[in-house]
Amino acid sequence: MKKNWPLWEVFVRSKNGLEHRHFGSLHAADEAMALENARDVYTRRNEGVSIWVVESRHITASNPENNGELFEPAQDKVYRHPTFYDLPDDVKHM
Amino acid sequence: MSEEQIKSLEADFDARIARDEKIEPKDWMPEKYRKTHIRQISQHAHSEIVGMLPEGNWITRAPSLRRKVALLAKVQDEAGHGLYLYSACETLGVSRDELYEQLHSGKAKYSSIFNYPTLTWADMGAIGWLVDGAAIINQVPLCSTSFGPYARAMVRVCKEESFHQRQGFEIMYKLCNGTPEQKEMAQDALNRWWWPSLMMLGPTDAESVHTEQSMKWKLKRKTNDELRQQFIDQTVPQADILGLKIPDTDLKWNEETGHYNFGEIQWDEFWQVVKGHGPCNKERLNARKGAWEKGAWVRDAAMAYAEKQSNKKIEKVV
Amino acid sequence: MKNENLYNYILGIADNNLILGQRLGELCGHGPSLETDIACTNISLDLLGQVRSYYQYASKLKGDNVTEDSIAFLRKEKEYVNVLLVEQPNTDFAYTIVRQFLFDIYNNLFLEELQKSHDITLVAIAKKSIKEVSYHRRFSSDWVKRLGDGTKESNLKVQEAVDNLWTYTDELFHLTDADKAMVKEGIGVDVTVLKSKYYKIVNTLLTEANIVIPDSKWFQKGGKEGIHTEHMGYLLNDMQFMQRTYPNMEW
Repeated sequence: MKKNWPLWEVFVRSKNGLEHRHFGSLHAADEAMALENARDVYTRRNEGVSIWVVESRHITASNPENNGELFEPAQDKVYRHPTFYDLPDDVKHM
Repeated sequence: MSEEQIKSLEADFDARIARDEKIEPKDWMPEKYRKTHIRQISQHAHSEIVGMLPEGNWITRAPSLRRKVALLAKVQDEAGHGLYLYSACETLGVSRDELYEQLHSGKAKYSSIFNYPTLTWADMGAIGWLVDGAAIINQVPLCSTSFGPYARAMVRVCKEESFHQRQGFEIMYKLCNGTPEQKEMAQDALNRWWWPSLMMLGPTDAESVHTEQSMKWKLKRKTNDELRQQFIDQTVPQADILGLKIPDTDLKWNEETGHYNFGEIQWDEFWQVVKGHGPCNKERLNARKGAWEKGAWVRDAAMAYAEKQSNKKIEKVV
Repeated sequence: MKNENLYNYILGIADNNLILGQRLGELCGHGPSLETDIACTNISLDLLGQVRSYYQYASKLKGDNVTEDSIAFLRKEKEYVNVLLVEQPNTDFAYTIVRQFLFDIYNNLFLEELQKSHDITLVAIAKKSIKEVSYHRRFSSDWVKRLGDGTKESNLKVQEAVDNLWTYTDELFHLTDADKAMVKEGIGVDVTVLKSKYYKIVNTLLTEANIVIPDSKWFQKGGKEGIHTEHMGYLLNDMQFMQRTYPNMEW
């Protein structure tokens, strides 16, 4: 059976100090090729100083159908945020 | 799912888009939304890679080193844009190979303008100036379209395309300020590319079947006719700067509407080309098919090598 | 001209890049995958960028209305001094990759040495170029391994390309009169000393890629003296089309 080049996800650090960000995807037969292709496709305009590639099938993603149970419970936990707490106006540096 | 449930999901879905929320690949979406997006994004991707061919035709003959690198970089960008768009399409569960198959079999369409030949160096100028100019008008609104991966791809595309039109205009400008023969070459290119560029913005609103739905999904922000008017209004003054004459005797500024009036478009020609009877339809498709078929052994070899390497790694561990 | 030898020496370097860049440019839009297409165009753009630096330097030496473009586009075939290897056609992707590989290994070794030149402009160009060329070398070496050790079919194709291009490798290590003069002045690289290192690297990698090293002792030469293969005329025909059809115009 004919096998196609698998899909890879590309993450690029634009400059030191910043995190790697998802830039897009591409096809490659192996990891070395994925890195080379990522360099040629996604950093032609000086966009990066570091690249991660990972084969797309290795990414486990949450299902939007579960968004209710996954993310909504966090919405009302207002006490995790600093604005929840009352302070007298004259308190500084807090 | 019952019909009622689907209706309610669809209503929610439409409401999300109306609120300017983005749709991401794993979100529930109406089947029609998925299909329409696969069709439009893949057509867009096909247009990018078929679009490499008419300009690629002049890479080896570019008249200076500066022009050669600019043209190479531009055509290469088009490959990149095709790649971004195929990737966006793949998030909807269709592989690039399947999309290629649709292109090669003639099932999928691409922008009909790329079925016209590039006969002189001035065509590189005219394509950059007019065809990229029209494309930008089409593409900028897509940066805020509803489907996240498409919108993100378009942001990247638009950012990269910003040099393309300037590259073309510069070629034209140089020709128009050169010898009479060069200026004539520029005029000839404008004559041949003007009307196809207008057609490129799509059939008139009366003939356009997808407009209403596309507006709702933010695949479109303006109608084809509005886009065409915008293109004409912004391009005519540029032709004046070049000192070129737009090949339309009916073209006239209309003080009342604040727009240019223009002559009748030969839609017969447009539909002929769409149906596969343009001057270069066969060449373009054969070139794409040829590249893909000639590359098959390369792609297979790379896969075979990758498998051998990963087997070697496993053997080492065992 | 005072710097005749230096001028010719620069062309001897840059013409290789020009002709190889031109060959790679032919492939743009016709590669085996979009990703590979983009990669090969990048290599072409690197090479053409280097060409411009070299020719701009050469045009300064020459003076009188000579420009990077007149050097690139207005010479006769016999005045181009690139090696025969780089003008060989893109018969298939195996030829493209093997040609690239055989040149990249040389080019990398050459640029390492050129960085030690007494000519500061050449040193500057070499320092910038070597980063690009190290990547080319990585790219083409990886592909030689993939194709050589891929399928039976790909192995045969690479073997055929190696068998047919091998005859052009020895010329990389010939010295022209201009080369010799420049070596003497500490400006040029004595490429003859790179030869054994070159074949060691090439042979190791080809063996790793399951390719049999040709044992031919017969090599073609002539490019460096302006005597080219039949392919060159057609390549120039294309490249110089505009200048020949419309003389004395600017674009």
